[in-house]
Amino acid sequence: MNASISNDTTAVSEVPSAAVGRTLLEVSDLAVSFGGIKAVDGLTFSVHEGEIVSVIGPNGAGKTSAFNCISGFYRPSSGTVVFDGETITRRKPSYITKKGMARTFQNVRLFKEMSVLENVKTGMHGNLGQNLFDAMLHTPRYRRSEAQCTEDARGWLDFVGFRADDELLVTQLPYGEQRRVEIARALATQPKLLLLDEPGAGLNHNEKNELMQLIRKIRDLGVGIVLIEHDMGLVMQISERIVVMNYGKEIADGTPVKIKQDPVVIAAYLGEGDE
Amino acid sequence: MAKTTQRLQAPKPVIERPPAITGLLAPDRFMKLVGLILFIGAAVLPFITATPYVISILTSAMIYIVLAMGLNVVVGYAGLLDLGYIAFMAVGAYTSGILTTQFGLSMLETLPFVILACILAGVIIGGPTLRLRSDYLAIVTLGFGEIVRITANNLQVTGGPSGIHGIPTWSFFGWSFADGLDIAGIHFNSKILFYYFVLIVGIGLAVVAVSRLGKGKLGRAWKSVRDDEDVSEAMGINGYATKLMAYIIGAVWGGFAGTLMASHLSAISPNSFEFLYSALVLMAVVLGGMGSTPGVIIGALFVSLAPEFLRDFSEWRFLLFGVLLVVAMIFRPRGIWPATAVLPFLKKREIPQVPPTETVGVLGEEEAGEAELADADRPGKIDDVSARNAETAPSESMDSIAIDGQGPPQENETKGEGRL
Repeated sequence: MNASISNDTTAVSEVPSAAVGRTLLEVSDLAVSFGGIKAVDGLTFSVHEGEIVSVIGPNGAGKTSAFNCISGFYRPSSGTVVFDGETITRRKPSYITKKGMARTFQNVRLFKEMSVLENVKTGMHGNLGQNLFDAMLHTPRYRRSEAQCTEDARGWLDFVGFRADDELLVTQLPYGEQRRVEIARALATQPKLLLLDEPGAGLNHNEKNELMQLIRKIRDLGVGIVLIEHDMGLVMQISERIVVMNYGKEIADGTPVKIKQDPVVIAAYLGEGDE
Repeated sequence: MAKTTQRLQAPKPVIERPPAITGLLAPDRFMKLVGLILFIGAAVLPFITATPYVISILTSAMIYIVLAMGLNVVVGYAGLLDLGYIAFMAVGAYTSGILTTQFGLSMLETLPFVILACILAGVIIGGPTLRLRSDYLAIVTLGFGEIVRITANNLQVTGGPSGIHGIPTWSFFGWSFADGLDIAGIHFNSKILFYYFVLIVGIGLAVVAVSRLGKGKLGRAWKSVRDDEDVSEAMGINGYATKLMAYIIGAVWGGFAGTLMASHLSAISPNSFEFLYSALVLMAVVLGGMGSTPGVIIGALFVSLAPEFLRDFSEWRFLLFGVLLVVAMIFRPRGIWPATAVLPFLKKREIPQVPPTETVGVLGEEEAGEAELADADRPGKIDDVSARNAETAPSESMDSIAIDGQGPPQENETKGEGRL
């Protein structure tokens, strides 16, 4: 078991250089608790523009809770989240999304009664210049904005490698395609930072490789990415930095190489006394 | 590297889409054609039979369509259960009734006041209650419906239990429907003129405008709030504002239907706004198909015309009506014409060839996902969630999973890692 952690050093991608952009997200001392259980307890990390940061940890370590705090779904009991120079702690999720932080969910959560295209178009809500009367009267402005919106939505669907019919209902799609649609929908909000909550869950080996390429492609657009993932192979290959959590606490923060050799991390994963 | 201030631009689509379907059998165009034919049919009808009874029930039926389309925004699009919708109709009817009979305004002149009153009513009832989840909202709206009726019953200005009489029909700049109209030797009396007015305005405003609203940006926002409010927040949609918008638009439509009804019946009383009518309009929407324009029209026609056809059964008719509804809901649980339904003989788009991507356990994953979803939403259930994760996480050797304490999920996770 130990061997599997430290012996695929070859797969580690380039270590972050000094070329990373300015700080996008700064989480400091974040904590949230539910009825006495400290789900997140003093999490501190930062993400830069165009950087891929993974948050890993055993199940129940508080990764998703941390995501929910950052994206506004939970109210943290203490700590601050600064995004793009503005403190967004306790802001509504819709406000945070408009500021430029998009997220996906651990279990694909698409709008089930809408087509693929409509799902992605929903992501563009904040950037469409049309009002109530435009829609009722079908003004030229409405037609223009809908046409643009359809084209952009198709652009994002192509970008994520979606190849099925975009007028199908999302429930008619296989699981892997639903994952892609969810990422396309998140990208449609024009994010500066993208939070991906276990994007690889339930995907097979090929799909995971495609996902990895996709994540790099998104990063190359200049988007910062925070990733929760269980698949160590994927995490080690793709991340520039890794934050390790256990029991709500941050136990390590560093490059993949450093994390792999960190005795605290190994202990957390394999239990004390194994080393 | 892009500057942070600059937002991401969507890439151009690279894959060619199959061309849009053309011809008469394209679903969109076919439905528009059917709508047009029905509209012409309704316009020609008075030439075939123009007995006051037929015109009267058809006018009522059309007002029901306006009403049901308004409620369709609230219930069908935004998914908010409203059990007191008739109250908005009462607000509209009383506002125009009072202003015409006591202040001498014409119907047209009362319209801005009706709209304002309805927006106000929508904000008053929606403002504090839309933060609640649906069950509570239903109870509050039920109460609101009763409050409006009882208030109308007890106030002086609303005429108390006997209501308001002698509400005039519509008039435009001195010319009233009551004057009648002669075109090419055919005399159109007041009722028939009003029928045409309701037909044109009702169809134009209720059917066309509401179905268009459902397709635009706001319509998508409503549907996303209905499907999954949390996720729609994550799309940058302010759930509260979106729901309030649906509520206000529903209120305005209901109020407008109210003014039409007031001048149609020329008298209104609190009895016209009992809970039964809220339930009937809700039935029209649910029975027809929530969020579906053809469905809601069918539902509204059914709800308004069926009692007329069942008139022979006198007191039994609502019982029979109820049985019919139960049967309809058993055989068409999603409504007579569900929102996503397309007539089978219409052309479908050719589905492009999907490249063979393998998918893993589509069904199993989804089911596990759903179960997990229910729990993950509930804070304070972390252990439970982690246990579920253990079930869904990839693992090759199931025997390695022990069932005690904190250990197993972690163990399991490393297995997954070793695999890749």
